[in-house]
Amino acid sequence: MKLYNEKLSENTEKIFAGGSRKYHDQLKEKNKLFVRDRLNLLFDHGEYEEDGRFANCVEKDLPADGVVCAIGKIEGQKVCVMANDSTVKAGSWGKRTVEKIIRIQETAEKLQVPLLYLVDSAGARITDQLEMFPGRRGAGRIFHNQVKLSGVIPQICLLFGPSAAGGAYIPAFCDIVIMVENNASMYLGSPRMAEKVIGEKVSLEEMGGAKMHCTISGCGDLLVQTEQQAIECARNYLSYFGANYNELPKTKESKSPVIGRTLEEIIPENQNIPFDMYELIDQLIDEGSFFEIKKLFAPELITGLARISGRTVGIIANQPKVKGGVLFVDSSDKAAKFIQLCDAYSIPLLFLADVPGFMIGTKVERAGIIRHGAKFISAMSSATVPKISVIVRKAYGAGLYAMCGPAFEPDVCIALPTAQIAVMGPEAAVNAVYSNKIEEIKNVKERVNFVKEKIDEYKEEIDIYKLASELVIDDIVAPSNLRETISNRLHYYSSKQIALPYRKHPVFPV
Amino acid sequence: MEELRSQMAGTVFEVLVKEGQQVTAGQTVIIIESMKMEIPFEAESDGVVSKIHVSEGDFVNEDDVLITFA
Repeated sequence: MKLYNEKLSENTEKIFAGGSRKYHDQLKEKNKLFVRDRLNLLFDHGEYEEDGRFANCVEKDLPADGVVCAIGKIEGQKVCVMANDSTVKAGSWGKRTVEKIIRIQETAEKLQVPLLYLVDSAGARITDQLEMFPGRRGAGRIFHNQVKLSGVIPQICLLFGPSAAGGAYIPAFCDIVIMVENNASMYLGSPRMAEKVIGEKVSLEEMGGAKMHCTISGCGDLLVQTEQQAIECARNYLSYFGANYNELPKTKESKSPVIGRTLEEIIPENQNIPFDMYELIDQLIDEGSFFEIKKLFAPELITGLARISGRTVGIIANQPKVKGGVLFVDSSDKAAKFIQLCDAYSIPLLFLADVPGFMIGTKVERAGIIRHGAKFISAMSSATVPKISVIVRKAYGAGLYAMCGPAFEPDVCIALPTAQIAVMGPEAAVNAVYSNKIEEIKNVKERVNFVKEKIDEYKEEIDIYKLASELVIDDIVAPSNLRETISNRLHYYSSKQIALPYRKHPVFPV
Repeated sequence: MEELRSQMAGTVFEVLVKEGQQVTAGQTVIIIESMKMEIPFEAESDGVVSKIHVSEGDFVNEDDVLITFA
């Protein structure tokens, strides 16, 4: 027996050590952690059970076949993890690598627990392509499983290194992608390939770097500086979710908002002067509970998870400080994905509207702002979680619709006394309706007076009390009472149930 | 050499700096009116205004250069 044990520990030690010294040194140079150190940080007490540890162990230089697949706990919540080992053939995928990833996906599905992908891989091992690429249990199956699991269990991607070619679809199918600046990258073809195939000379950072993906392409959700921060973010993110679509989000102890200016002080009286929506959000949520998603991408719209009186809520808020809070192509995509995420995992939605509308002009029309806006509206409209719509200031045109206006069955549409709801703002409306008349008036003073008179008439027409009187909105609330009413209503609406209509799925606009 | 580009299409409402002027990061340098909103644009870093490419009332498209800093 002793001999057997010795052989086992010898093999195990070899596997635990990963690839050769040279590759471990390379990790250190790039401020990267070894895969097993990542797992020690990720799991509670660094404890986990591993499957397929001896994959390819008869080969000398392929410990675990370059991927660690494990079950452990995060804050007491069971989770499954697949983690590439970039010290083993650059984390590339062979036949057994792929099989292990597929199996951990199947395990996560059976156990109905979140699945995390710690990605650091050069992509397919070309020498193994027949065994790992095209078949029924080839790499394609990983993505097929991801799609099947989407909306069933949370899927989180931590990108520590490259995610190349086909492998780049792992982050693409996850709910959230956390990227480490300077090390993480995603691309279908490397810069070298781009030069060879299409003649483009470009750096990796410019074409597929973490910063680019988190600010421009929108493929990344969170940009962090270190791997430790990425792991901390992933652990924190999960604290807002249940284990699967059938479980309600976890609640925490209620906290007061951070001490700051009151809403009355934050919101300027002049509708056309911007203010900082972050400051307003801070006054509504439990201190320190904001987990922002896609902070750097389309910042004219803010999306993030937070807690109000301990309950998880998904916030979608216009940011008047950036581009006037106008909705664009990218902001629409950002909202659509975030709303679907919250709706899938029973996270109530809070809309904070101060929106002049969707952007107009040639540039956005050519970019298809209509179909992009349709994604936003469609996602919001099909969400069946509790929806609270707050009109902070203006909600004009389709902006009102996108921000869960009355027609889209919010559980409540609340207006602050500063709210203005209309097809368009007073100045634009008067110009549109009376443009000929205005031009006819030659006397400047007379013209100014005429415009002012019409603007005042229009403002009266869209007076918020008139809308409340017509039951367009459900309540007008003093800014100082807004947090309390949202908190109460989140409690009351928690038993909301909507039977889904019989159909396979809507034809979702893309 | 740094360029401040318009984040969106609109009309130049007010230019708040002059060529040769010293600016600090975060200082509002130009206001674009778009969608009936006044959108303030700030200098991204400290520098000197070397060229103002637009005048008040001009239409600018998204990504047009507004101000060059040295």
